[in-house]
Amino acid sequence: MEYIAILIVTVLVNNFVLYYFLGICPLIGVSKKLDAALSMGIAVTFVMTLTAGATWLIHRLVLEPFGLPFLEYVSYILVIASLVQLLEMFIKKAIPALYKTLGIFLPLITTNCAILFVALFQAMRDYEFLEAVIFGFGSGVGFTVVIVLMAGIREQLELSDIPLPFRGAPVTLVVAGILALAFMGFTGLASA
Amino acid sequence: MTRNTGIISHFSKGLIKNNPVFVQVLGMCPTLAVTTSVANGIGMGLATTFVVVMAAAVASTIDRFVPNQVRIPVYAVIIATFVTIADLFMQAYFPPLRAALGPYVPLIVVNCMIMGRIEAFATRNAFVPSLADAAGMGVGFTGALMLLGGVRELLGNGTLAGVTILGSWYRPMLIMVLPAGAFFALAILMAVFNRLQQGGKLVLRGAV
Repeated sequence: MEYIAILIVTVLVNNFVLYYFLGICPLIGVSKKLDAALSMGIAVTFVMTLTAGATWLIHRLVLEPFGLPFLEYVSYILVIASLVQLLEMFIKKAIPALYKTLGIFLPLITTNCAILFVALFQAMRDYEFLEAVIFGFGSGVGFTVVIVLMAGIREQLELSDIPLPFRGAPVTLVVAGILALAFMGFTGLASA
Repeated sequence: MTRNTGIISHFSKGLIKNNPVFVQVLGMCPTLAVTTSVANGIGMGLATTFVVVMAAAVASTIDRFVPNQVRIPVYAVIIATFVTIADLFMQAYFPPLRAALGPYVPLIVVNCMIMGRIEAFATRNAFVPSLADAAGMGVGFTGALMLLGGVRELLGNGTLAGVTILGSWYRPMLIMVLPAGAFFALAILMAVFNRLQQGGKLVLRGAV
């Protein structure tokens, strides 16, 4: 039950994009085409799940026992950067078809703030290993849901007559605001 | 152009013309997340300014020793180091501010504005221009956060930097301090900024 609660909270209630404002840059940059948005979402979910597991191990097995909390940010960002690099090399060799779809998005993910937030949050909340991994996975799914919704709306927006000063980033932010309002309806669904 | 005006123009371009928030649309997470009040905006802005200036100073000094393939991890570690310093400083001297900013302080590490300045400017220019550029971007970022924080605090709470401006007759628009209000406020400010910059010309700014 607890695992399901974590999943619901991370996907719907405390959505990473609409509640914590994480991953706004890819939201504005990438969410113009539906299929690209979906690929980006899958890549982010993949990296987030791995990051949650890897940083849990670092936090519990290295930083805590040796009393090195001040190395948290430095070690997490290194882990994320190396993980992304490793993943890129692995996918390129093992699953070339997937690499073609995800390839260009992988390097971008290192600087996606949502990933670092997953690492920091699982440490802050003292999750168990499985909880941390589910949290990472759920955060990725939440990101994917929003970026895909956004891409669908933006494909329609291209056809509409938007006032000149609002074109580009501002109208995307307005849409995100309306989505955030809609997602507020999920408040109280579950808590973690 | 003399040497001094060059430095001034490196500094000033970050203020309005290339403002990191309104024009370049970078560093969106802290911009939206912490600007529920002016004080938070200033705190986050100054911390980010410190990190971008220090990181640019180090990056512009060591760039010739850094192999191209590993530059991103190297700069990420440098940025993370200065963020840790800023974080510990805030925990020691400004605990309430640190508590208000919460997990968004460590997220300065992945503020794309900082990596952007290092990649686009500091590693390609000498020490002093890099410092001026980073300081300008930092001040521009701080100003944008203050402005957004001011609008949201005034409309959402009736106060400005903690001082009551709109009296008891004012019913605060709670939505302005909620996440949705952050998106709307930034969108409207950005549109106003675009309008002012466009003047009579039909220029598309902030478009990605």
